[in-house]
Amino acid sequence: MTFNLRPFSIIKCVPFRLTKTSAPLFLDCDVEEPNAALFLRPEITAQRDVGLLIPVVDMARCTTCGRCAEVCEYHAITVIGKQVLVFPELCHGCGSCTRQCPERAIHEELNVMGTLEYGRAETIEFYHGTLNVGEAMAVPVIRQLKTWAIPPDVDDRPVILDAPPGTSCPVVETMRRADAALLVTEPTPFGLHDLRVAVQVARDELGLPIAVVVNRDGVGDDGVDAYCAAEGLPILLRVPLERTIAEGIAHGASLVDIRPEYQIQLVELWKTIAELP
Amino acid sequence: MKQLVILSGKGGTGKTTVTAALAHLATQDCRVVMADADVDAANLGLVLAPVTEETRDFTGGRIAGIDPAVCIACGRCAEVCRFDAVRVCTHPGDAYAVDPIACEGCAACFYECPVQAITMTPQRAGQWFVATTRYGPLYHAHLFAGQENSGKLVTLVKQMARLRALDDAADLLLVDGPPGIGCPVIAALSGADMALIVTEPTVSGAHDLERALGLAAHFNIPAMVLLNKADLSPVQAEAIVAYCATQSIPLVGRLPYDPTVTDAMVRGEPVTATAGPVANALRETWSMLQATLFVVKPSEK
Repeated sequence: MTFNLRPFSIIKCVPFRLTKTSAPLFLDCDVEEPNAALFLRPEITAQRDVGLLIPVVDMARCTTCGRCAEVCEYHAITVIGKQVLVFPELCHGCGSCTRQCPERAIHEELNVMGTLEYGRAETIEFYHGTLNVGEAMAVPVIRQLKTWAIPPDVDDRPVILDAPPGTSCPVVETMRRADAALLVTEPTPFGLHDLRVAVQVARDELGLPIAVVVNRDGVGDDGVDAYCAAEGLPILLRVPLERTIAEGIAHGASLVDIRPEYQIQLVELWKTIAELP
Repeated sequence: MKQLVILSGKGGTGKTTVTAALAHLATQDCRVVMADADVDAANLGLVLAPVTEETRDFTGGRIAGIDPAVCIACGRCAEVCRFDAVRVCTHPGDAYAVDPIACEGCAACFYECPVQAITMTPQRAGQWFVATTRYGPLYHAHLFAGQENSGKLVTLVKQMARLRALDDAADLLLVDGPPGIGCPVIAALSGADMALIVTEPTVSGAHDLERALGLAAHFNIPAMVLLNKADLSPVQAEAIVAYCATQSIPLVGRLPYDPTVTDAMVRGEPVTATAGPVANALRETWSMLQATLFVVKPSEK
């Protein structure tokens, strides 16, 4: 298994779907900044556009009654005089306006917000999504990436999802239905602060078993160690702060390319995760 | 008053470290107001020792709730929900329930429920704070774990900070942005006079820089680039310098790779509080930014 740890990420959650070992699925869910392909180098063989279904109004049928605007929670559709304006960047694609229109004057069309790609990287089935620059909503792209990539009968295969940084909706969408989350942090005040918030989301809100990887070990202070001990969070791997590792990652090498001895630890990490309560 | 927003695309490139240093340097001849626009992981306060003066609740969107006493378990709500937020009942006759984390508050179920069992309730989604620091007022916020509407909260924090900057006749509004290119970043970038993009010479840094610059261009905001950990990979560094040159994006500094930068963070200080190669490089960066942002230096007004 190739496994990338990025030394400069303050906090990254790597949620897993835990299964018996066979050809793994890898999903880069950081659709705002998808970088896993730079390390895994898949050969892309399939691509599709994704987005949301947004309303299109047939003005021949529309009576400008304003019901669509009234039911839209996002102010994405509005009636001004004899015109109906749709703001695609505000629309969540919920379909309320379409269903509520008394004249059935609204139908929906795909508003493309990004692309999904698939390819193989050695034995790994690799998937990633890319949000188009200027689009605001990452969640629909992540949701559709997961639907496309994870088949209903995935049960006998490991699934690794690389999450975006932070803790808001794109991270939550990535972690939904995962079996466990691996939180990657660094032993600094910033790393500790962000780890605490990530633990609140993964463990307290979503109820996932969690474990921690300490990256750039040796920098900073002992706050992260003390916190993990107090919370009973297992630290499954420490990647030391070493210039050679940072340089290797800078060029797109994975941790096991740079330091093959970590392969054993990563295999152990995977086994431990599978046994988390 | 000028508004400078610090962005990176990729997380962990040193945005907050740079913002805190610029706040420190700018106060030497500017009046500064700061806004931390990373509401998921607000770190600027950790190096500015803020004293909180005011705490306010942030109300996000509304979410649906189903009254089990009224619900007839017809399943219409689950049928119309496109966010997979309605839990399908396992025993016939049981009431349906909404997963508050998945609910996007669209109210589709509210309008479709034949027996009006659904109510929409506003969510207390976070808090925002006004604080004083040694370099000026700091506006920051905390979005509760797993909540939506981070863009809305960023907009609120920035609006409040901007009004304060106008009230105080400040010269500079310094905004520490979130990572990525999505809604909170767009909210952080909106209305800025300049975006400073902090990057690093790595394959992912270069890739994310391109997207962050694309975003600034999309919203017609002039951008400059600061290369952090510049000597980590000479090959990648030169690629980024060359890319900036082809795009006519000014490079306003190269900070050396120096793990002792973290020591300042541990002490709760900006890196410019003590002398060193990174501090010196940042002083030059600030002079260049100042020359671009202000035609006349605030101190010479």
